[in-house]
Amino acid sequence: MTEVLLRAQNVSRAFGGLQAVDQVSMAIEPGTLSALIGPNGAGKTTLFALLSGFILPDAGQVHFLGQDITRWTPADRAEAGLARTFQIVQPFAGQTVRENIAVGAHLRRRARSQALAHAELVAQQVGLSDQLDKPAADLTVAGRKRLELARALATDPKLLLLDEVLAGLNPQEVAEVIPVVSSIAQSGVTVLMIEHVMQAVMNLAEHVWVLSQGRLIAQGTPGEVTSNTAVIEAYLGASAAKRLQAKVSGHG
Amino acid sequence: MNDLRGIALFALAGLALPIFIDSGVWLNFIMMTLYAALLGQAWNILGGLAGQFSFGHALFFGFGAYAQAICQMQAGWNPWAALLVSIGLAAAVGAAVGAMTFRYGLKGSYFALVTLAFAEVCRILAVSFKFTGGGVGLMLPLKQSVANLQFPSKLGFIYVLLALVVIALLTTWWLKRSRLGAYMQAVRDNEEAARAVGVRPTQVKVWAIALSGAFMGAAGAIYVQIFQYIDPGIAFGPHVSVEALVTAIVGGMGSLWGPLLGALILHTLSDLTRNLFGALPGVNLVIYGAVLVLIVMFAPRGIAGIGASVRKVWRQGAKHD
Repeated sequence: MTEVLLRAQNVSRAFGGLQAVDQVSMAIEPGTLSALIGPNGAGKTTLFALLSGFILPDAGQVHFLGQDITRWTPADRAEAGLARTFQIVQPFAGQTVRENIAVGAHLRRRARSQALAHAELVAQQVGLSDQLDKPAADLTVAGRKRLELARALATDPKLLLLDEVLAGLNPQEVAEVIPVVSSIAQSGVTVLMIEHVMQAVMNLAEHVWVLSQGRLIAQGTPGEVTSNTAVIEAYLGASAAKRLQAKVSGHG
Repeated sequence: MNDLRGIALFALAGLALPIFIDSGVWLNFIMMTLYAALLGQAWNILGGLAGQFSFGHALFFGFGAYAQAICQMQAGWNPWAALLVSIGLAAAVGAAVGAMTFRYGLKGSYFALVTLAFAEVCRILAVSFKFTGGGVGLMLPLKQSVANLQFPSKLGFIYVLLALVVIALLTTWWLKRSRLGAYMQAVRDNEEAARAVGVRPTQVKVWAIALSGAFMGAAGAIYVQIFQYIDPGIAFGPHVSVEALVTAIVGGMGSLWGPLLGALILHTLSDLTRNLFGALPGVNLVIYGAVLVLIVMFAPRGIAGIGASVRKVWRQGAKHD
C-alpha cells in the first residue's frame, strides 16, 4: 500500500429509511486531483459531510494521514489539514472579503496582521484581489464561489474537498475558475471535488469516483468512467442506456 | 489606530469634563450614562460580536452585585478586593452557563430564554437564602473613603466607571483585531462555515460569555457601591438585562462605540421626556418606547450604523467630485 492521504472504509450513513451513503470505501492518494460525480441525490454531499466531520457515520471508518478521524470534529480535521467548501456558499456576510479569508488564515496564524497578509496572498491565488474590501454579501455568485474556495485554501490544507465550486456559474466563469482549481492542485494540495460540470471533470480530474444511490459504482480515469455501462445507466436509466448502446453498436 | 486615538481622547475628556461641572444633576447624568454604557458594552461582547443574544445578563450583574456586598459584609474584605472577586465570579458564572448551554448547541431564542431562566432562578434563590438577605436585600454600611470605594461626590464613581468603560472599549478594540474576536464574528455570521475552517464554536462562545460576564459583574459591583443596596429584584430582575441589550442594540451591535452612543442617546431621551412630560405619568415611557421601535425599524445597525452609512456616502461623494 502506498501512503494514502485519506481512506474511507465501508462508510455508511442512513437518514431514517434512506440509506444516503452505503458502504463506501475510497482512498485518496496525496498530490492527486480527483472528482466525485453521480446523479442528483446520489449522496455526494453527504459523503463529503462524513469525510469532513459535519455528519458522523453509522458504520465504517475514516482515516486521514494514518489517524482514525472517524469521530473527530470538523475543527480538529481542519487543523489536521482537511478543509472543505460548501455547495451552498456560506460567507460571513457581515464581513469584507479580506476578513472572510482571514478567518481561514487564522487557523495557522495567530496574529491578525499575518492572517490579513495571508488573506491577500490567497485572494490573489483565486482572483479576488480587486474585491478584498468589498462586503462578502455584495459579491456575485462567482465571487462567492471564489471566496468559498479562498477561505478553505487559507487554512493551508493538505486535502481540499470542493463541493460544486462551479455550480451556478456561466460558461465563461467556469472557464475562469478551472485554472484556479488546477493551480491549487499544482501547488501541492490534494483535491477531491464534487462536480456536475463534466467539462471540468474531464479536464481536471486524474481519477473519478462515481456514486449512485449511496454506493460507489465505478472508479477510474475520466475516460474509463464515462464509458462504463453502470455509470451510463445510473445517469440515464437502464432503458435509455440500452437504447444508446444498441444505437452505438448498430452504427459500429 | 484611529480608534485607539479615539479611546484616548474619550478617556481624557472623561477625566477633564466633570471637573468643570458643579451641577449634581449633570454629574448624575454622566455617571448613569457611563454605567449604562458599561452594561451595553458587556452585552455587546456576547451579543454583538459573538452573536449570542442573552435576555438574562442580569445573572452576571447579580452575581457581581451580591459578591461585592457579601465579601464586605460577611468576610470584611476591602471593597476594591471585593470588586476583583465580583468580576472573577461573574466571569466564572458566565463560563459555566456558556459551557452548559453552548455545548448542547443552544442558539438564538432558545439560548435567550435559557439565560432569562437562569437569571430568574437566581432571583428566586436570592429571595430564599439568608446570606443574600432574602427579599429584604443587603444594605451596605456607609463609610465614605477612597479606600472603601465610596465617594462623597459623584465624581469618584464617575472616574471608576470611566476606567471600566475605557477597559471595556480597549477590550472590544482588541477583540476586533485579534484571532478570538475574528472567530467570534465568524461564529456570529455563520457557525457551519466557521467550523469548516477550524473554529471551535463552543470554546469561542464560552470565552465571549465569560468576558461579557466579567464586565457585567463589574457593573453590578459598582452599582452596589453607588447605591449601597441590593435586593433580588434589582440584581437578577429583567430590568438590568433589558437595559444592557437595549443600550447595545440602539447604539449598534458589534461596533466599538455603539454601546456608548446608545447609552448617551437613551439617557438623554429618557431625561428629556421625563422633564417635558413629567406631569403626565407614563407619557415619557410611551415616547421612549416609540423611539426605540423607530430605531430598531429604520436603523437595524443602530446609531453607530447610521454613522457608518453617512461616512460611506460622504466618502463616495468625495470620490465623485
